[in-house]
Amino acid sequence: MASLLGRFCRKLVVPGSAHGARMVSTTSSCGSETVKSLNLYSAINQALHIALETDPRSYVFGEDVGFGGVFRCTTGLAERFGKNRVFNTPLCEQGIVGFGIGLAAMGNRAVVEIQFADYIYPAFDQIVNEAAKFRYRSGNQFNCGGLTIRAPYGAVGHGGHYHSQSPEAFFCHVPGIKVVIPRSPREAKGLLLSSIRDPNPVVFFEPKWLYRQAVEEVPEHDYMIPLSEAEVIREGNDITLVGWGAQLTVMEQACLDAEKEGISCELIDLKTLLPWDKETVEASVKKTGRLLISHEAPVTGGFGAEISATILERCFLKLEAPVSRVCGLDTPFPLVFEPFYMPTKNKILDAIKSTVNY
Amino acid sequence: MAIWFARSRNIVSSLRHNLNLSGILSKRDYSPRPAFTNSQLSSRSVFLDSITSLRHESTAVEKQHDLVQQSDEEDVQELDFPGGKLGYTSEMKFIPESSPKRVPCYRVLDEDGRIISDSDFIPVSEQLAVRMYEQMATLQVMDHIFYEAQRQGRISFFITTVGEEAVNIASAAALSPDDVVLPQYREPGVLLWRGFTLQEFANQCFGNKADHGKGRQMPVHYGSNRYNYFTVSSPIATQLPQAAGVGYSLKMEKKNACAVTFIGDGGTSEGDFHAGLNFAAVMEAPVVFICRNNGWAISTHISEQFRSDGIVVKGQAYGIRSIRVDGNDALAVYSAVRSAREMAVTEQRPVLIEAMTYRVGHHSTSDDSTKYRAADEIQYWKMSRNPVNRFKKWVEDNGWWSEEDESKLRSNARKQLLQAIQASEKWDKPPLTELFSDVYDVKTKNLEEQELGLRELVEKQPQDYPPGFHI
Repeated sequence: MASLLGRFCRKLVVPGSAHGARMVSTTSSCGSETVKSLNLYSAINQALHIALETDPRSYVFGEDVGFGGVFRCTTGLAERFGKNRVFNTPLCEQGIVGFGIGLAAMGNRAVVEIQFADYIYPAFDQIVNEAAKFRYRSGNQFNCGGLTIRAPYGAVGHGGHYHSQSPEAFFCHVPGIKVVIPRSPREAKGLLLSSIRDPNPVVFFEPKWLYRQAVEEVPEHDYMIPLSEAEVIREGNDITLVGWGAQLTVMEQACLDAEKEGISCELIDLKTLLPWDKETVEASVKKTGRLLISHEAPVTGGFGAEISATILERCFLKLEAPVSRVCGLDTPFPLVFEPFYMPTKNKILDAIKSTVNY
Repeated sequence: MAIWFARSRNIVSSLRHNLNLSGILSKRDYSPRPAFTNSQLSSRSVFLDSITSLRHESTAVEKQHDLVQQSDEEDVQELDFPGGKLGYTSEMKFIPESSPKRVPCYRVLDEDGRIISDSDFIPVSEQLAVRMYEQMATLQVMDHIFYEAQRQGRISFFITTVGEEAVNIASAAALSPDDVVLPQYREPGVLLWRGFTLQEFANQCFGNKADHGKGRQMPVHYGSNRYNYFTVSSPIATQLPQAAGVGYSLKMEKKNACAVTFIGDGGTSEGDFHAGLNFAAVMEAPVVFICRNNGWAISTHISEQFRSDGIVVKGQAYGIRSIRVDGNDALAVYSAVRSAREMAVTEQRPVLIEAMTYRVGHHSTSDDSTKYRAADEIQYWKMSRNPVNRFKKWVEDNGWWSEEDESKLRSNARKQLLQAIQASEKWDKPPLTELFSDVYDVKTKNLEEQELGLRELVEKQPQDYPPGFHI
């Protein structure tokens, strides 16, 4: 499988913002570092190995994590770091997250796995009422910043209602947590390490569609990609497209097609949805005058609405057309109807054209 | 799966059984068999002078506590299933929904404050007993004065611990300061015991600039990292799985400490109760779960909360050792918690304590419990089953406390509290910047912008906003 977003080497951004200030990040080019062709689950696995290696007080646990996990993300961890640090938990998401909060509150790093994002809801109380408010409500006497919750999300072709959901919008509405979604193996490793080491609880959604499908050259060393910094992954002048996760692949295809018709598209990977990098999107839209947002989650109340409202506030006079959202339908994620439900390349292409021709 | 066959001891009985197969069911006695026997503790005539021997007694896992009784005519055949070998029986017998006798309640002091003869208990020195009594009385004064302050409109809200002073103080006294406490919200006595001052309590209730919580939460949502007391949060039972994680952390760090977490009878209905106990058991975490069964969850009586024999019977369902204790008996609570704590730490396991008590006060200042329960029920518990008076009698009988001590303590406590409240009331609230800090470790750009915007607004229209805040 060809690597998704170009085979060229990419410089990792040196953090300049306050959020990134505490992180050690390295600028590197492919020429001088060792890279390996990895798929998404292997990249995540590598990140977890590094996280456990570099902090003896870190733990990885969740359902079926011990044998390697249902998506192989935790392969080899229990054997290498021992069952005291890498273990299966009972089948109970509220317990998994609650236990993780307790561990994190004691200064440990707890990287917990929720088997599918579709099953995260029993833990919603622990995440929203406890983790997100732990530091604030205690007057900073306590915190559970060491907590990272990983969950596979998104369409997989045959997942139906309960193996395909994109619940990111629920979490973006919760002050106190961060929401991070990587687009590729290389990004996933760096973003996951940042998330684990960030002193705030992070919900990390992994696009399950890409676990095997996406293959990319991933540096073998310990590196981090800063949170809350969006990346312009394709430059253009006519319209700005914003997305995250697996949807970016689809959007990139739409951009390539649009280019053939003379439309120059700028594509932005948001990476962190909460807190999100408004400045990068704003600068881009001020240049292009048009915005299109695409996500798998249902359009109503989706995170695209937040981006749209914010950009409208900041760029109103620069906009040549209404902000377009190409998203999932307002239905539970259907099985046989998935191809109709999804925000496909052609839906995006149509929207690009109608926005440009507004 | 291997199926183990062993020779039946009584071939005749098995033949008899086979002959009955043509009938619908042979005549059997389906009356429930006792699943529990009386605890053997109460009949012991041992006066213990060390914790070790008491621990040895109480850790004995009684065979009678097995839920499934084996019939007299059992075969020794066993079946192998994931989870181990099981004996089997051809007698179809349901485990009864309850045992004929409820789990008895461990107590040491009778209602007149006299030690029941032959009691097991850990002796309490004069110094410790007097301190315990003083704190229980102080807690009473604190409850009374803060409650009145709320009624006067000086604080917005308050929750008292009236009736539960023994659970609060005696449990705290039995713990080490390194034990990490995760409270529900009716356990400020634990914080009081550890050294939180009356001024600190008042500061939190007023949400002033000296409040450790920086004025963010309602009154009684105390927290103190100094005293290893996690900040109270309103959602019920969320602390239980967290306690399992805390306990696990202490175990991994090989600390001589455990997690101790409190819950009410109502809270045991929450999913987090199940999650917390199950995780603590599976992870073999040193956690002491203390359930204050005070009979009421706001207006919901325990008969509407569960159909089990209270909470103690649930321990075994999780593989957790448990005990029911008279929560109004300070000595019993002390012994039980102390023993449970030792077990938790030395054996690296969770322990469940159900402390039977009564919520004399209303649920909170937003509640009037006479609307749903008889006033004389409340009176009865307040006067005749008062844990503070009961312990006081014992302390007095030992010659360790006098009426003079009593009036001095209460008037001092009252004076200190009134001073604390007057001071708290006068002090400023935390500066406006604390509205925005601690959402994350570092303020995000978004929050900085919102803070700037709010500052401008407040400067422009100060009359829209309450006084007492530094911008």
